[in-house]
Amino acid sequence: MSRRTTAGSGVRAASGAEPPRAGTAHRRRRGRRVPVALLLPALLGLAFLTLPLVGLLVRAPWSALPEQLTSTEVWDALRLSLFCATAATGVSLVLGVPLAWVLARTELPGRRLVRALVTLPLVLPPVVGGVALLLVLGRRGIVGSWLDSAFGITLPFTTTGVVIAEAFVAMPFLVISVEGALRAADPRYEEAAATLGASRLTAFRRVTLPLIAPGIGAGAVLAWARALGEFGATITFAGNFPGRTQTMPLAVYLAMESDPEAAIALSLVLLVVSIAVLAGLRDRWLSTP
Amino acid sequence: MSIRAVRSRRLAVAAAAALALSLGVTACGSDGGDKASGGSSTAAPAAGASAPASTGAAKVSGPITVFAAASLKETFTDLGKTFEAANPGAKVTFNFGGSSSLATSINSGAPADVFAAASPATMKTVTDAGGATGEPKTFVRNTLTIAVPKGNPKHVAGLNDLTAPGVKVALCAKEVPCGAAALTALKAAGVNLTPVTLEQDVKGALTKVELGEVDASLVYRTDVKADAAKIDGVDFPEAAKAVNDYPIAALAKAPNKDGAAAFVAYIQSPEAQQVLTAAGFQAP
Repeated sequence: MSRRTTAGSGVRAASGAEPPRAGTAHRRRRGRRVPVALLLPALLGLAFLTLPLVGLLVRAPWSALPEQLTSTEVWDALRLSLFCATAATGVSLVLGVPLAWVLARTELPGRRLVRALVTLPLVLPPVVGGVALLLVLGRRGIVGSWLDSAFGITLPFTTTGVVIAEAFVAMPFLVISVEGALRAADPRYEEAAATLGASRLTAFRRVTLPLIAPGIGAGAVLAWARALGEFGATITFAGNFPGRTQTMPLAVYLAMESDPEAAIALSLVLLVVSIAVLAGLRDRWLSTP
Repeated sequence: MSIRAVRSRRLAVAAAAALALSLGVTACGSDGGDKASGGSSTAAPAAGASAPASTGAAKVSGPITVFAAASLKETFTDLGKTFEAANPGAKVTFNFGGSSSLATSINSGAPADVFAAASPATMKTVTDAGGATGEPKTFVRNTLTIAVPKGNPKHVAGLNDLTAPGVKVALCAKEVPCGAAALTALKAAGVNLTPVTLEQDVKGALTKVELGEVDASLVYRTDVKADAAKIDGVDFPEAAKAVNDYPIAALAKAPNKDGAAAFVAYIQSPEAQQVLTAAGFQAP
């Protein structure tokens, strides 16, 4: 949902900022029929993606919903989920945008390898990611043991741990989106800024960033959505404790163990909140001025 | 243009066909299991499956799917192998996990033949839904112990030591049997404990100790025994107040009814009971 619309706005933004290319000048003829051979699988795909959600809505315990939603555990989990997903997105922005710039704009040796490493968390099973985080940042981990002895900081089983686990899984989405936007942006603007005496950092701040803002927005939304739904790495690295590390997906999973109806209710809350946030963000951030 | 149109139509038709095919295959796959035999080179050709043995012992065959509590993983894996050796042609596959989520899967129509749970309560959710054939039988009992990293660095001697400052404890969530038993034991001891995490199954609680991320967790004695290389167990008297019965039942919707009955009977046989008690379970 978010991907399609944001990609569209990204293209619009690009064509607004750049001289029109041959492709955009060529207008589609109206009234062209969609070929059946494409329409059929398209409809099948749509049904495949939306029917499970319809099933949730149909089976939802509507009468018991108010009762489910008044429990403090639900609100604790929801608050924690929103906070951690947002914080993880913030961490991803601060670290991921510069990383994407380095990947797109410099001729680093071994850049291909770096890109492969950056995308690794995308294909790594989240639980394995959680174990890997434990082995590095845990009490006996390479970095974690030093943090513990030097500063008395332990990351597992804390809210910070949740943010770290979510950022680990979500940041690659942002890096890939921003790198794509950078490659699509015309480097001649930056070159022009450089000829006018701007340093590379100034050019990045004043020229590149505004140019790729829609791409960054799209990547941030993707990362946020991914962080919100994160389960495996979180339960492995941060554990599960109500109010401190129990995010919505963990609460849903445990509710499924004892009370499937409660789990469906919780899932609906998560769905509604994320759709509201994503829709709100799209209007605020991702539309072209 | 026209060539491209033709090509795209061909592609789409092929994609649609592939989709339909894959849907069909998954639909078939849910009842049959894999048609190919296990493919282990050591297994004798399954001749005994088709020709009944002249000795008269009824041999079962076909795939048998067993949903079993996570704490049964080591013993049931071994028992499955001996069962297969005694019944050439039978193929036992296991799904180990938290008893509650297994019960939920079974009630949602997962194709299972046998359910072995770590508590009567989780078995009851299946029997209440009419999912079991006959009365579930308690086949073993299990008690809790305190799992600590090898060498017991925090010198835990009993439940009271778990509340000491700086001691991090993992418990199972109250929704799963090991968590319910832990709560019972803690209540019996009058210990008020705040864990750092509530794990989704007993193996998760154990892994956290193994990695040294927590100083102790309340798990089953059998889990500590199975992991003796990295884990020490500290027994405590209140464990007797929270003994877990493990019920087993053949399932009403079992695709392989004979296989299910045979496996349930086998688990209660003296031979299997010996394996289970050797692993730290108590006889019922």
